[in-house]
Parts: sequence; C-alpha cells; structure tokens
Amino acid sequence: MRGPRGRGKTVLQYIIRRMLWAAGMLILVLAAVFVIFFLLPGAAGKAGEGGASPVAISMAGKNPRPEIVANVEKRLGLDQPLHIQFGRYLGNALQGDLGYSYQSNESVTTVIFRRLPPTISLALGASVIWLVLGVSSGVISALYRRSLTDRVSMFLALAGVSLPTFWLGLMAVFYFDSALGIYETGEYEAFTSDPIGWVRTLWLPWLVLAITYAALYTRMVRGNMLEVEGEDYIRTARAKGLRQRSVIRHQLRSALTPVVTMYGLDLGLLLGGAIITETVFNIPGIGSLTVDAIQTSNLPVILGTTILASAFVIFANLLVDIAYAALDPRVKYS
Amino acid sequence: MAQGEVLLEVKDLKVHFPTGDGLVKAVDGLSFKVHRGETFGIVGESGSGKSVTCLTALGLTNLERAEVSGEVLFHGNNLITLNKEQMRSVRGKELAMIFQDPFACLHPLYKVGDQIAEAILCHDSCSKKEAQGRVIELLGEVGIPKPKERYAGYPHEYSGGMRQRAMIAMALVHNPHLLIADEPTTALDVTVQAQILELIDRIKNEFNIGVILITHDLGVVADVAQTVMVMYAGRAVEMGSRDELFSRPLHPYAWGLLDSIPHIDQRRQKLVPIEGAPPSLINVPKGCAFHPRCPHQFEPCNKERPALEDRGGGHLDACHLSIEDKRRMWEDREARAAKAGV
Repeated sequence: MRGPRGRGKTVLQYIIRRMLWAAGMLILVLAAVFVIFFLLPGAAGKAGEGGASPVAISMAGKNPRPEIVANVEKRLGLDQPLHIQFGRYLGNALQGDLGYSYQSNESVTTVIFRRLPPTISLALGASVIWLVLGVSSGVISALYRRSLTDRVSMFLALAGVSLPTFWLGLMAVFYFDSALGIYETGEYEAFTSDPIGWVRTLWLPWLVLAITYAALYTRMVRGNMLEVEGEDYIRTARAKGLRQRSVIRHQLRSALTPVVTMYGLDLGLLLGGAIITETVFNIPGIGSLTVDAIQTSNLPVILGTTILASAFVIFANLLVDIAYAALDPRVKYS
Repeated sequence: MAQGEVLLEVKDLKVHFPTGDGLVKAVDGLSFKVHRGETFGIVGESGSGKSVTCLTALGLTNLERAEVSGEVLFHGNNLITLNKEQMRSVRGKELAMIFQDPFACLHPLYKVGDQIAEAILCHDSCSKKEAQGRVIELLGEVGIPKPKERYAGYPHEYSGGMRQRAMIAMALVHNPHLLIADEPTTALDVTVQAQILELIDRIKNEFNIGVILITHDLGVVADVAQTVMVMYAGRAVEMGSRDELFSRPLHPYAWGLLDSIPHIDQRRQKLVPIEGAPPSLINVPKGCAFHPRCPHQFEPCNKERPALEDRGGGHLDACHLSIEDKRRMWEDREARAAKAGV
C-alpha cells in the first residue's frame, strides 16, 4: 500500500496533468468562439462589402466616414489577420488582460468581477435549497416506497423536471409579485451592503432555479437508494444484526456518493451564468452579461465570460474527481 | 443421525410469494432439525428453496411480500413470530450467516475491519478500541495474514478467499450457536474452496456449533456434512446421514444428482445430466414434483404426492417406489457403472 506521502505526490501530479489538459481545452474553446464570431455565415464580426468590420462600423457612430471606421478597426485590432488577433488575445489573456468592452470601454476583468457576486449568490443559494430538498425527499421517497409521500413527491418531481424555467420564473414573478405581493422584483442588493435586501431580492429566483434541480436530485437519490437496497452488502448489514438506522447509513453512503459528482458539475455550470433565471429576475450577473454581450456583438466580453464559464466547469470537474477519489477507495488517480 | 442438543427445528415451513403471475411456492412444507456439533448439508438445484429457507429463518426475506407459515424453532423460540427488534438481537449474535459472493457482500466503501467491528458493536456495548482488538484477533484466527494491517484494507484490496475469510470472521464475532453458510465456496477458486470448507469445519469443531451448509455441489457436502437433505421444488425429497445418502441413495432425484457429478476414481464413461429443467414454482407438477423428469415414474406418481417417510435408520425419502425396488435399482446401477469402469 502507498503511504500518505506517495499519495500526496500522485495527487499533485494528477492535478498538474489535468490543468495542462484544461489549458489546451480552453484554447480550443476560445478558438471556437473566434470562428463563430468572425467566420461562420452571418457571423457578427464577418466583414461585409468593402471589407469593413460590422463591429467597427457600428461603433463609429451614425453614417461614419470610412476613415473613422478604419481608425476604429485599427484601434480594436480588427484590421489584423484572424490568427494574429487570436494570438494577441491569448498573449494578453495569459498576462491577465482580457481586453476592453466595446460598449463601455471598461476592462473586461473589471466587468466580470462586478457581475460575479450576483451569479455566485444565485447559484450557491439555489444549490443549497435543491441539495437539501432533493436529497431529503429522495431518501424519504425510497424509504417509504409506494407510500402516499412517495407518490406525491414523485409527482412533484415529474412536474419539476417538466416545467421550463422561463415559464416557471415568469409565473412566479406574476403570482408572488403582482398577485400576492410578497415578492418585489427590484434591484439586486449585494450581501455585503444589505444582507436582508439580498435575501429579499433573491429568495424567489433561488426557488425557481432550485426546482428543476431538486426534482432531478429527488429522482436520482431515490433511484440510487432503491438500487443499493438490493445489494448483497445491505443484506449482510442486516444479517449481522445492525439496527435499521445503521443499515440506512450503509445505504446512504453508497447512494449519495454520486450526488457529489452531480452537485459539483451542476454548480460549476451555473457559476458560469444562469442565463434564464438572471434574465427573468433582472439579476445583473454573468448570465445577463453574456446575453447583453452577444446582443451587442461585444467580442471581448463574450470571450471573457466564455473563459470564466469554461474555467468553472473545468475546475468543478477536477474538484469532483478529487472528491470522488477521497470518497470511493476503489478510485485511483490515473 | 447426529446426536446432541437440537439447535434449530424447522416444522412445516412454507414461504410463498404472491406475484402477478401467481403464487410462487418457494418453500412448501419443509421440516428438519439441526443439532449442535453437526454440519447439516442442504443440497438442491437453483430455485429449490435452499436459500429462501435460511433467509426466512434469519428474517431476511421481504416479509411485506412473503406469506410465511410453520415454525422455525431456535432455542425454543419461534423465529417467525419474533418482532423486528427481537429478530435483530438474534441475528448476527446467536444465528449468523455467510453468503455466496463475498465481494458483493462486503460494503465497497468501508474498511473491512470496520465492517466487522460494526457487527460487534451492534450487539455489545464495548468500546470501539476493544472491538478493533477483537477484530484483529479474529482476522488472525480465520487465517488472514498480517491482520493488523489488513484491518484498514478495503474489500477490493482483498483476494476472493480472504474476503470469504473476513465474512466468516464477521459471522463469528459473537460465537454464534448456529452458522448458516449459503454456497460459501461457489464464487471461489477450487483450491480456495477446500481451504474455506476446512476453516468452517475447524470452527464448527472448535466452538461446538451447528452449521447449515447450503450448496448445489454434492462434492462439498460429501466432504464436510454429517447429515444431508436433498431439496426439490421447495420440499425435502431425501434426508439422511451422509454415509447412507452417498452409499445407498433412495430417491431417483438423488441418483440423478450423483450421476451428474464427475468422479476421478470411478471411470464412468460420461456424465449423465438429469433430463428436463426444474419445475416452475408457480405451477409445481401434481403428485411428486419430480415425476416429469423421473425415469422410474409409474401409476401414482402424477396424482399423489409421496410423503417424506423413514425408510429405516433415520434415512427418509419421499417417493412411491418401494424400498426393495429402490435397493435393486441402485444396485443394478452400481453394478453397471462398475462394469463400464473396468
């Protein structure tokens, strides 16, 4: 058996290897964004007749003279061949410079850091709700299979996975704001400046975002629990005379390990921006930033949010794999 | 038959499972006794009711779905009527069980040592430290090398034989009176099989306990059992001492089983499988359940079910053939086999 030191070294090697892969993956993703932005038919950055970039034209003001357009192109680097632009972007990005927003001329990193707290608040808050709700109802459903509780929770879970978030969000705003008046759609409040206002503006988006996930988790946990219940080692646990409580603990240990994976990946994905929920509830997060950037062909911001979202997903994957190896002794780093 | 205190007495046990297709009669009127110091072998094909019998004794059949009747007397208590908590306090303490596939039977995410310690702690109020010490001692006793280091190992780090040894250690933590071993060697290599059987036998003698050995392998029974019960379609068709059963088997089904195992010493020309397949437990054939596959069936076999009767010397069988006919038939077979082997 390997000692703790040997294991520590393998983990480090593993993390470094994964990081290198991640970097390669990120470059590919950015290249794809460039291709989509500049080359595909109908792309926002594809040069029209006369060779001028539509981005530069739209930024040069009303009825711009060609010299001004050329000037803007030059300033933004859009006059360079695509591979030069891409290389230059990567070079700057490595130094932490993600460029400047075409719209506000702010540094993209500044914009992202301003938009990040609302997204983190939304995703983390919702994830706590769906984790608690999904796991507990899944476990209860499995333990009281075919009971009324089970049937009700399975019906709700079916509804939860079936209802689209945009519809659910709009309905929630309509009922809780317009009809019942217990929620006020308003400006997002930062936790640091007004914790109560933070909860007041976020509780409904948390619920709406959490419902789909809670439904999925309920079904997954219930399924896992039932599957594990039939395992021989649960029969062993009973045969050796364990109390029901301990038998359930054995069951949970196996049934909940995959939940860690799901949770990590889902959260990683959401931290890159919950586009629909943010849009419906007017939350100034990464999701709405991305939508704005795409609508205004704001390439530096699009690239910035892409890097952010990819990094979250990659990082979440890495964390999940490390956590899994810690939770399941059969998993080895390789 | 073996002497000594009766540990377990099963009386007219019936375990039926209502299903969408009909009533599955997994066990249908089974009676037997197991004594202290005895290894009681239960032999039969898959689905003959061997495992269900023992799982029912331990209260591990799904009672919400099973209809159980009859008695399973253990130290005079009818296990079937115990409530959940009473049953739990017997299970793993006085009555322990090991299963077929030791890899599937150990929790993959817990250390083997901790799983065994848990078995101690759920019945005894000793400290975790004491339990750990006892586990290490037990692991050594069942022949696991370096038990101290092995304590922290996970099931996937154990070999097949070691896993079954660990399962046996787990079953032994409370010095049970009766050990039920359900196909304990089926999932193991042949060389390891012998070691595990030897271990079970040693434990039986050392602790003077009773052992129920469930198997489909007559060779295993011939090695270690003192008494053998042959089951077919949820019922006992033959029961007797091992020597009686192997030298003078009475039931045509037992003959079939004996013909279908290979012998190194007797050069029989080829193995003879039993024709047909075991019956569905929903539509058990009328009369003797074996009659559709029996080469000797005659008039009453498909109408009346033969009772399990003592044919002399505690050797029971359930068959319409007369004892004289059986003796003659078996001797003819032996003579034929001997001739063919020359």
